[in-house]
Amino acid sequence: MNASVNWLKEYAPFDCDIHRFSEDMTMVGQKVETFKTESDKCKNVVVGKVLSISEHPHADKLVVCQIDIGNETLQICTGAHNLKVGDLIPVALDGSILPCGKEIHNGELRGVASNGMLCSIGELGFTTHDFPNAVEDGIMVLDEEYPLGTDIVKALGMDDYSVEFEITPNRPDCLSILGLAREAGAAFNVPFTAPETHFPEGEGDIKDLLKVTIHDNHCQRYSAGMIKNVRVKPSPKWMRERLRMCGVRPINNIVDITNYVMLLYGHPMHAFDYKYVNGNEINIRMAKSGEEIMTLDGVQRKLSEKMLVIADEKDPIAVAGVMGGEYSGVYEDTNMVVFESACFDGPCVRATSRMLNLRTEASGKYEKGLNPDNCLSALQMALMLVKQLDAGDIIGGYIDNYPCPRTERKVEFDFERVNKILGTDISKEEMIRILACLNMKVENNIITVPTSRYDIAKDKVTEMNDIAEEIARVYGYNKLPSTIMKGVAVAKPTEIQRFTKKVVNALLGYGFYEIETFSFYSPKNFDLLNIPADSWLRKPVVISNPLGEDTSIMRTTAVASMMEVITRNFNSRVPSLALFENAKEYWPIDGEDLPKEPEKFILGCYGTEKDFFFLKGVIEKLVWSLDIKDLRFVRNTDGGTYHPGRCADIYIGDIKIGVMGEVHPIVLSNYGVKTKVCIADINSELLFNSIEGVHQYVSLARFPALTRDIAVVCDEKVTNGEIMDVIKSSCNGKLESVKLFDIYRGSHIEDGKKSMAYSIVLRDKEATLTDKIADACIEEILNNLSKINVFLRR
Amino acid sequence: MKEQLESIRVNALAEIESANSLAQLDEIRVRYAGKKGEVTSILKQMGKLSAQERPVMGALANEVRANIEEKLSEKIAAINAEMLEKQLKDEEIDITLPGKELEMGKRHPLQLVLDEFKEIFLGMGFEVVDGPEVEYDNYNFTMLNMPESHPSRDTQDTFYITENILLRTQTTPMEVRTMLNQKPPIRVIVPGRVYRADEIDATHSPLFHQIEGLVVEEGLTFADLKGTLEAFVKKMFGEDTKVRFRPHHFAYTEPSAEMDMTCFKCGGKGCSMCKGEGWIEILGCGVTNPVVLETCGIDSTKYTGFAFGMGLERLTMMKYNIDDLRLLYENDMRFLSQF
Repeated sequence: MNASVNWLKEYAPFDCDIHRFSEDMTMVGQKVETFKTESDKCKNVVVGKVLSISEHPHADKLVVCQIDIGNETLQICTGAHNLKVGDLIPVALDGSILPCGKEIHNGELRGVASNGMLCSIGELGFTTHDFPNAVEDGIMVLDEEYPLGTDIVKALGMDDYSVEFEITPNRPDCLSILGLAREAGAAFNVPFTAPETHFPEGEGDIKDLLKVTIHDNHCQRYSAGMIKNVRVKPSPKWMRERLRMCGVRPINNIVDITNYVMLLYGHPMHAFDYKYVNGNEINIRMAKSGEEIMTLDGVQRKLSEKMLVIADEKDPIAVAGVMGGEYSGVYEDTNMVVFESACFDGPCVRATSRMLNLRTEASGKYEKGLNPDNCLSALQMALMLVKQLDAGDIIGGYIDNYPCPRTERKVEFDFERVNKILGTDISKEEMIRILACLNMKVENNIITVPTSRYDIAKDKVTEMNDIAEEIARVYGYNKLPSTIMKGVAVAKPTEIQRFTKKVVNALLGYGFYEIETFSFYSPKNFDLLNIPADSWLRKPVVISNPLGEDTSIMRTTAVASMMEVITRNFNSRVPSLALFENAKEYWPIDGEDLPKEPEKFILGCYGTEKDFFFLKGVIEKLVWSLDIKDLRFVRNTDGGTYHPGRCADIYIGDIKIGVMGEVHPIVLSNYGVKTKVCIADINSELLFNSIEGVHQYVSLARFPALTRDIAVVCDEKVTNGEIMDVIKSSCNGKLESVKLFDIYRGSHIEDGKKSMAYSIVLRDKEATLTDKIADACIEEILNNLSKINVFLRR
Repeated sequence: MKEQLESIRVNALAEIESANSLAQLDEIRVRYAGKKGEVTSILKQMGKLSAQERPVMGALANEVRANIEEKLSEKIAAINAEMLEKQLKDEEIDITLPGKELEMGKRHPLQLVLDEFKEIFLGMGFEVVDGPEVEYDNYNFTMLNMPESHPSRDTQDTFYITENILLRTQTTPMEVRTMLNQKPPIRVIVPGRVYRADEIDATHSPLFHQIEGLVVEEGLTFADLKGTLEAFVKKMFGEDTKVRFRPHHFAYTEPSAEMDMTCFKCGGKGCSMCKGEGWIEILGCGVTNPVVLETCGIDSTKYTGFAFGMGLERLTMMKYNIDDLRLLYENDMRFLSQF
């Protein structure tokens, strides 16, 4: 909402500079976004009078004028030819600055001294919309008398400020000059005076000319007045100035009057050409199925039964509260005008405007819920302005259909409750004074809330909170005390939060950087990730109104997000990296409204030494650091996103908690990444669940261990895992650890075979292990290995 | 015999003096002072001496031996010191050579700020809770006093999944879930992702993080809300930071406010960061609307609530002076490695 400060002052005579005004209005709840003025863009320009005009001795196209600016007479040359002696004109003096950016200095024009410049409207930053009587290609001739030498800023009303307010949706009353003036009155503790209005006298009776019927309760009130012999012409300067300062372009007197009233009361008005109101009747009803209307903007629109329309005896002539039909304007040949001042249900206007995809100044106001009590004052003001501006002749009487008048709400004043809510000690008298500023009277401990404040006391349980807010904001939020909560509370991160932090810290320690990626993406990612056509991953939560394909589905796998980040960094030539994200995924669940939102740890890496076994090592160390036992990697040959020969499912015991592997070459080529990438995809909750409570202390070994190294030979296809399983199942509790330390292929080893060397640590917890027993253990291991065709290397 | 001893002494001391290795000294010790050494062999001849001479010679022999051993220790110490000196000199390194390159990751700046935030509020007794991002319209709007057709819904362009399921536009629905599941007293903060249909640019994103706070207790006041948030800002941005509260409107709080803090860059004098105002808007807050408490089954005559919400991206960008929100989601290593 843009408002003229001078206009506001008319109803609440505050006196302060613009900065203070902005600050105090903001602090009372009407936030000032910006303000602007034209006064500082125009300096040293005054009103002058043309005393004489003579030919220029050296130029046919120029004339030389003598200009009286009150205290002196200046000689100024000009190329304009619209001047005559006696005209009042804007004179830019030596050293002046104009809104168009020009700086004016004394000089000569073709050998004749010219001490300043006479200004056009353009040079003063105006157009003919602002000054309809002015010529565009000549000097601006002022159409009112001013003392000579008057600063043009003052003469043309450029000393006003246009202030942009952010109006919160609960305060439709402040989408108006009067509403804001009321707030200014409260903010600056000055009296607010609303303008007096009445119906001016007229000829005849509107009731003989027009019949208005409300057929649907989405229309809360419909008032109308009429004028005839409309005289369309520009409106006067004061009105144009105010419209301009409020961001509305002046058009003609009738349109300007409706806009002026809309700004003043925040109440949209509409003017219909009577000749197009067929049957001389106005019906406010829901549109009928199949009905259409050509709106003022020239678009043919289909109407639905959910839309409220203004219709004549048969067809809609306006979409109620949104926009008029093509014949509903005021034209050259318009003679009689019907002024509509109506109130429509906010949600209905909102829905209509959405369905038609048509948002207008009027719909923006109506949908917030306007006060039907303003209808009559607005109509009166419009007709008074018609009379004042001589824009037509008033037809007597008015129409006012108001089936269910809005009533003032009565609230029992519990001032102690207000203090309790605010944590204050404000006196009852002070509260009553503040409420009075806001037009809320307190009598017999009952607050009467004006109908303009329908946001207050909507609900019994909240009414004292509403009142507390009103009191607090005028009293001053920053004058209220700040206290520490009296209650005592103890908080601690939950176990899973502590776990998450631990994992994050471990990963940081292993060199992984944390990333944050979007939760939605394009379905194309499934193809990029080479996910099988029948995979459940391809059935995501779909956004019905996405911004575009890139935000159209919720991710079922955050691996795509990781790949995207890896690709970006690869393309910017990062040689090697390791990343992780603690990412949510969104899995639709059959029979459930809401998807499951599991948390994952997605790890990704590439570069020197950042291979499969690096990542596997990270996972092993991570799981070890969490004191989780039974980590297993089981070969996964599914293919898809991962390399079928370099992929493993990650198990803790019998629970699969994730998958890891090298990314499939097809996927790498889909992303254009020309290096091997490894990814791990770990379900955070499953990993957390496999933690087995607090680790219990195990006494330190008292007897020494013996280490034996063995080298065995086997076929290539035998895996380390198989050999380890055999070794681990041997020795009946005396095996403390076993570690692969070498793999050898080459001379002395048959083709197709390999030599694997293991370091085996043996210990007896109860006694010192003898060489003899150790030898027996190794013997047992070798014996067991021979059953899977793994033999001691000789 | 005396002359013999004296000559042993002179010879031994001279040899010790000229020795330059521990091995030589050891050999000297054995030869003169050892069990089979020269001093011992002199002593073996003591039997030939008279009773008067014996103690005198004995004493002299012991003195010579002690004298030799003393000199030996001195010389050993000197040689050890010399060797240590040499070792230290030999082992000198160029300490300006680079350290071993260890790999260490870094946290994402959003999480760094969030961690700090959580720590501050944990200290004030707030638990951290998490809720669904794909949410019921009912929890996101209706139960927060924003029924269908409420104009406040327009300020939050919403992504819908179905007619009644959406991507939460705020973390506030978790307030409803918390109140439905937990009896007062309640103190929680809810960090999480929220969604609005805004095209991405330097200051907007269709996805961002909010941090919500909710307290429901007996006798809570607007002044408590002010005090809590002031304490937070001072911990987060420094004790000198000042705040101001401006009246505002949220459907689920009444009274409602927005809180500004003094610009952390200029300290309130006015600069490009705060557009010359000296203040930076940081969060929205208010006393929980009793309608919301009642909707969630909490007796509004007994309990009062307050709530606040702020954007994590904004906090983070302010803290690190990041000028483009997109950087936070691009995860460029040159960016990530800075925090």
